[in-house]
Amino acid sequence: MKILVAVKRVVDYNVKVRVKSDNSGVDIANVKMSMNPFDEIAVEEAVRLKEAGVATEVVVVTAGVTQCQETLRTAMAIGADRAILVETDAELQPLAVAKILKALSEKEQAQIIILGKQAIDDDSNQTGQMLASLLDVPQATFASKVVIADGKATVTREVDGGLETIALTLPAVITTDLRLNEPRYVTLPNIMKAKKKAIDIVKPEELGVDIAPRLKTLKVEEPPKRSAGVMVADVAALVEKLKNEAKVI
Amino acid sequence: MAALVIAEHDNQSLKAATLNAVAAALQCSPEVDVLIAGNESDAAVAAAAQIAGVRKVIQIDDSALADQLAEPLTAQILSLAIGYSHILAPATAGGKNVLPRVAAKLDVAQLSDITKVVSPDTFERPIYAGNAIATVQSSDPVKIITVRTTGFDPVAATGGSAVIEKAAVAQSAGKSSFVGRELTKSDRPELTAAKIIVSGGRGLGSGEKYQELVVPLADKLGAALGASRAAVDAGYVPNDYQVGQTGKIVAPQLYVAVGISGAIQHLAGMKDSKVIVAINKDPEAPIFGVADYGLVADLFTAVPELTNALS
Repeated sequence: MKILVAVKRVVDYNVKVRVKSDNSGVDIANVKMSMNPFDEIAVEEAVRLKEAGVATEVVVVTAGVTQCQETLRTAMAIGADRAILVETDAELQPLAVAKILKALSEKEQAQIIILGKQAIDDDSNQTGQMLASLLDVPQATFASKVVIADGKATVTREVDGGLETIALTLPAVITTDLRLNEPRYVTLPNIMKAKKKAIDIVKPEELGVDIAPRLKTLKVEEPPKRSAGVMVADVAALVEKLKNEAKVI
Repeated sequence: MAALVIAEHDNQSLKAATLNAVAAALQCSPEVDVLIAGNESDAAVAAAAQIAGVRKVIQIDDSALADQLAEPLTAQILSLAIGYSHILAPATAGGKNVLPRVAAKLDVAQLSDITKVVSPDTFERPIYAGNAIATVQSSDPVKIITVRTTGFDPVAATGGSAVIEKAAVAQSAGKSSFVGRELTKSDRPELTAAKIIVSGGRGLGSGEKYQELVVPLADKLGAALGASRAAVDAGYVPNDYQVGQTGKIVAPQLYVAVGISGAIQHLAGMKDSKVIVAINKDPEAPIFGVADYGLVADLFTAVPELTNALS
């Protein structure tokens, strides 16, 4: 069975982004970019399923600018077999990405599609669900454990208050939560090998997909600053402040 | 036009997050209806009818809806979608799971985790782990919205007198099924609704120390227990304790961070708390950048001292 994994190139999670002074967005020029952390977990899970003999091929896909090829190379260094880049300079919102992924899933006849639960730039948490909806297949979001057997996926999900387990008939869409696995470090030999693997480049128009943005960003601002706090000398001073100044206990 | 709120419930009772979502809905439209899609959900429906400001409670009852699976729940929402300009749900695990599925079927965008209603078509939402606030405008005919509960004060749970209307069950293909549930048992206030939260991080060193130090302090304060991702990953506490971008977003009156350095990811989940207290031995820890009161001290002595001082 074939697994499709969607990855996104985002600002590295360690970077503290700055809002542009004209409030048109955040400044991502010359900022370190990496694979979205949840997507690394998605790639790792797919590669583990292949290593376990469940999957025969892992295809990694992304949509965006030319530089997204680096992200695809990283995924192939983890163990994905080949990659597809849907190349465009246009702004892509989750619905547009879901439509692109729908077209690719159908073309590739993937049985399982794995995505991260959310991208750490727009924090939307939508694409996986939208893709499942467009494909009319079941979804398992926030997965912390995945078992594939007998044409079914049994997935444990992280929900408010604990865990829940559901069973899905394949094909299905799964989105990863943090605790699904620990992605492996890519080794130098695997990075070299990944350079030989193929990246297909297609344009959104070739897939016949409408990617026009639906939401208009009017402005992007800094969040309100917290006023500077005080350092207290000891526990007694802290209790005194909380009781008499902040009046919260 | 009217707004529809998808209630979060367990068939018996309503989850408090529903009240925050109704508050946001009332800023979008004066006419707010609430959908309770569940199984034997009369108790939850009765509670929803009491919510102040709600016009109508729509009840859809079916065994397929008992466990709030995304596929049948989506079918119910779609069957009601015509006639609503806004469909909202709290940005809980439940709301996040189902609403994008609805949005895609309607071929509209979703507005995730809104923190403010600027006008019925314009909203504020945090991006980049809360390091920027985007104001976004939707031109779609129906606005699909998840509501960050800490961004809106809840409406009153009583005082309303909504009419109750039963609606027909929309069938959906059963491609998923519920297997089981494992909930963390706790008598404490729920993390997202607590007035006081005591949170522990990697600085504690072990799960035993969390039990020994953080739990008694929380007991003294009547607080909910939280944790950083590092503490969860190290196995000190279950993962639903996690506060942060990828865990729960909280905004209590008092947030006490013990042995938490204050990574961007964690700050995204708690920096809207009214008063933040940080206890950390590293004076350079970023948590002190957001703390109202900071104490540079060894938590192994300072926390028991604090617990005693509150007796």
